[in-house]
Amino acid sequence: MLHQVPPVCSAHATDLTKVYGHGETQVVALDSVSVEFRQAEFTAIMGPSGSGKSTLMHCMAGLDTVSRGSARIGDTELTNLGDKKLTRLRRDKIGFIFQAFNLLPTLTALENITLPMDIAGRRPDQKWLDMVVDTVGLSGRLKHRPNQLSGGQQQRVAVARALAGKPEIMFADEPTGNLDSRSGAEVLGFLRNSVRELGQTVVMVTHDPVAASYADRVVFLADGRIVDELHGPTADAVLDRMKRFDAKGRTS
Amino acid sequence: MLRTTLRNVLAHKARLLMTALAIMLGVTFVSGILVFSDTVGAAVKNASAKNLKDVAVSVQPSVPSGEAPSRSDEGKNITALDSNLADRIRSLPGVESVRSNVNGTATVVGKDNQPIGNDWHIAANYQPGRDGKDSRYPVKEGRGPAASDEIALEAKTAATGGHKIGGTVRFATDGPVITKKLVGIVGTEDPRVTAGGSLALFDTATAQELFLSPGQFDEFLVAAEPGSNDQALTSKVGEILPKDRAKATSGTQLAAEQSQMIAEDNKALSKTLLVFAGIAQFVSVFIIANTFTMLIAQRRREIALMRTLGASRRQVVRSVLAEAALLGLASSAVGFLLGLGIARGVLAVLGANGPGFPDGPLVISPTAVLSALTVGVLVTVLSAWLPSRKAAKIAPIEALNSADQTPAPSGLTVRNSIGTAITMLGVAIMLYVSTLRNESGVSTAMLGSAVTVTGMIILAPLLSRPLVTLAGKVTTHLFGVSGKLAKENALRNPRRTAATASALMVGLTLITAVTVAMTGSQQLMELRSTQDLTADYQITSSSSGGLSSKTARKAAQVPGVQSAVPVQSTGFAIGHDHATMKGIDPAALRHVTDLLLLAGSLNDVEAGSFAISDKTAKRFGWKMGDTVPVDFNTGSKERLKVSAVYKNNDIVSDAFTVPQVISDHTRGEDRANKILVKAQDGKAAGLSDKIRSHLDNNPLLKIQDHNELRKEAAGPITTILYLLYGLLGMSVAIAAIGVVNTLAMSVFERTREIGMLRAIGMERTGIKQMIRLESLVISLFGAMTGIGLGLFLSWTSGQMLHGAFPGYEMSIPWRSVGLFLLLSLAVGILAAAWPARRAAQLNTLQSIGDQ
Repeated sequence: MLHQVPPVCSAHATDLTKVYGHGETQVVALDSVSVEFRQAEFTAIMGPSGSGKSTLMHCMAGLDTVSRGSARIGDTELTNLGDKKLTRLRRDKIGFIFQAFNLLPTLTALENITLPMDIAGRRPDQKWLDMVVDTVGLSGRLKHRPNQLSGGQQQRVAVARALAGKPEIMFADEPTGNLDSRSGAEVLGFLRNSVRELGQTVVMVTHDPVAASYADRVVFLADGRIVDELHGPTADAVLDRMKRFDAKGRTS
Repeated sequence: MLRTTLRNVLAHKARLLMTALAIMLGVTFVSGILVFSDTVGAAVKNASAKNLKDVAVSVQPSVPSGEAPSRSDEGKNITALDSNLADRIRSLPGVESVRSNVNGTATVVGKDNQPIGNDWHIAANYQPGRDGKDSRYPVKEGRGPAASDEIALEAKTAATGGHKIGGTVRFATDGPVITKKLVGIVGTEDPRVTAGGSLALFDTATAQELFLSPGQFDEFLVAAEPGSNDQALTSKVGEILPKDRAKATSGTQLAAEQSQMIAEDNKALSKTLLVFAGIAQFVSVFIIANTFTMLIAQRRREIALMRTLGASRRQVVRSVLAEAALLGLASSAVGFLLGLGIARGVLAVLGANGPGFPDGPLVISPTAVLSALTVGVLVTVLSAWLPSRKAAKIAPIEALNSADQTPAPSGLTVRNSIGTAITMLGVAIMLYVSTLRNESGVSTAMLGSAVTVTGMIILAPLLSRPLVTLAGKVTTHLFGVSGKLAKENALRNPRRTAATASALMVGLTLITAVTVAMTGSQQLMELRSTQDLTADYQITSSSSGGLSSKTARKAAQVPGVQSAVPVQSTGFAIGHDHATMKGIDPAALRHVTDLLLLAGSLNDVEAGSFAISDKTAKRFGWKMGDTVPVDFNTGSKERLKVSAVYKNNDIVSDAFTVPQVISDHTRGEDRANKILVKAQDGKAAGLSDKIRSHLDNNPLLKIQDHNELRKEAAGPITTILYLLYGLLGMSVAIAAIGVVNTLAMSVFERTREIGMLRAIGMERTGIKQMIRLESLVISLFGAMTGIGLGLFLSWTSGQMLHGAFPGYEMSIPWRSVGLFLLLSLAVGILAAAWPARRAAQLNTLQSIGDQ
């Protein structure tokens, strides 16, 4: 094996299955998926639409329930947690970045960043917070409200919010989907830096090969199964793989 | 366009639910009032028609103008209706029979020594026909009274009092207690009795002896032979009546007069109630307007698309208004049906609890249906008018904007300037009113209040910022981040928050103002009822005849009584200005009140002279020593000399003189309207029971100490206050629905935010708390402005009461104010229950994806 297994796993799924609906209308979104997300690694999940990549992320992040199998964050098994414990887990161990920024328009940038800690009733680690804010380059804009910020700046606020709580793992759902390419590159750069420099773990769902090329590893999904994996990807290599899926999809 | 409109209404069913409920409640209120009053009117009219069914002509005694009614030596009325006249009427062609009625009042005592029945204590003569029965009073048990020691009671009266055939019944007419043997229990259709009055029957001779003079009657009711003309019969009867001493009225006319009276009473009642229904409708305007503003904000893209596809501004406006009309119509229809239920329910409750109304089916007039529906639709369409103008201003280009951005709300500068100007005008008017010292300013005060409230409604968005921020500080401090988010959410759209809170504000302004005014006058009434009274007890009689001097003498004999002072009372007028004159023994006056003499001496108050208060002196321009002409209300006149002037005193009011003067001008009657009893030192406690039993436990007599007097004075005001609370409560209920509506809409609009909050770790309870606190903040904002405004308005207009009530002091009923604040907190929490639940149960994933 070329790749050595790092000592700690941030999250892993074992035989994860997710089924929607019953009987005739039953759809298997995830079909016995087993995957590991290692600490300090930037993983991209890719696949054609309907492949189950978002479902995989939602199940791993404790946002969606699992039909069969196991999903773990660190040592915690998610599948038998109640809503309250799941919520706590999301708050304390997971950071989120959404496609549509999802900031509260009534709060300032800084208030949005510290919101998860405010909810938890914890004081933010000021040094870490300063560093995070500095890293995403928002120092001058902390008092602004979301509608006074550009899309790129808003997404950087979202990245800072996800980072601020020193989560065990960060999930990003198409984080560049609503951004122009320059802002998108900036945000992806921050994500990669947070892995390389701050030792964070990031899992990102995307359909953009360029975005995926920022990752350390790309996991390909099709029809609810992991079909391939790529380490140290380049945009071209990812695109190449994607094309093969498309071709396969068309011929099958 | 209509199809789109219809689709819109159907598509937003859930979102329109609360608004529909608000409209429905308003219409329910209106239709309930209309149907209730129609039904009661019809039932009462029916009952009185039934009562007059067989009456072709009614003959009643009359008194020639300018002449006092003649009285016998014992003070009984003498009428021109005697058996002789009855016989002559009976012999007229076309007359079938003549009932000769003696009418009086008899207060019957139950076994528990309490008077039976409310309002009416009717007494009449039992008149058996040839068959030995009286068709008017069918005997249910026993037989009709036939001897002077016998009495019959109406069934309900007997049951209430616990009276059985063969037992003795105690009652009083206008004097001492009388005891007779109960021989019969009868039924009646007399509406006064079915409405809760009592009825006692005697044989004719006994009734005459009790209420009239032997051989005389109060009323002849003539029944006609079939086929004869009532009108013709009436004039024929009229011809044989003694001129000016009696008059004949046809049964039809009598019935018409009665129903006229009933209709007028009814109209006055429903008018008053409709004012409150109007207030409720006014409150629902805010909710409807709020809803349409929100709906249009949510539909901006859709409306812009319609505009791009070629819809004109007018079409957009019309489609919004049509949507409002449809909503109004549907809600009003349901509201009307609910109103029928309310009317039915109120009738049932009133019927079950004693007094009751004559039974009858619900009367649903086309007018009621039409007005209820019109009001509902009109209010809805008018409320949607401003939002529809906003919809028309949406530019077609907005359809092409990919981002889902809400436009920056237009500035409030214009609104704030107008609001400030109007509020200041209202405040200025009210401050001017506060300088007035008499009631002349009532209409000005109402105008000022309306202007101030309007101004405050316009200013509410401006006020919402500091007040909500203040409330938010508290919630943030207490509840952390959910309190802070609640505050921010409430501040997000000042217009919406303000409109929601304004609905609550209007209700609370009225409730507070009414409470302050009522508690003020209540305290005043209590104060006045006893402030000048140094006597310990007051005896009054419910009989119209008043109290005889014998009663006073008897009361004075009770051990422990120092003196029992009868006080007579009569009215007099100077020009068109009416005043009261008391008759009281000046020497006994010191026992019952501390009179402060300003001039003259009580010893000089004697026949031919009187004492006046300083207020009366000022009012009529009289001075000590003047001899002035006094017109008594009974029609007689006398010139009296002012022989003393005293500081205003509620016991002797405007003027007083020796009892003799009053008796001279009230047909020689020696009747007091109250007796004031002063106890010997230290003997006051428990004296009332001794006096009562010494006066034979007469049911006509009421013996009250200071406490009871104060309670009695304040009683009606308390009742009115509770009634007003009930009526204004409707507005508060609608305002609460408004809060639910706003919150539900907000939850809908902020679905994605809520999903995000859940995703990043806010628990369901946190979400619930956030919504609940937002509701609290809005409710508190409405309550605080409402209570503040209510206090201001009642303070300024309260100054006017100084004129009428010199002792009036505005006092803030802190307990009530505190209660109102608590109530609005409760409203806030209750209103949030459903929206908070919905928000907490939102599916996190779906919410995040919500566009």
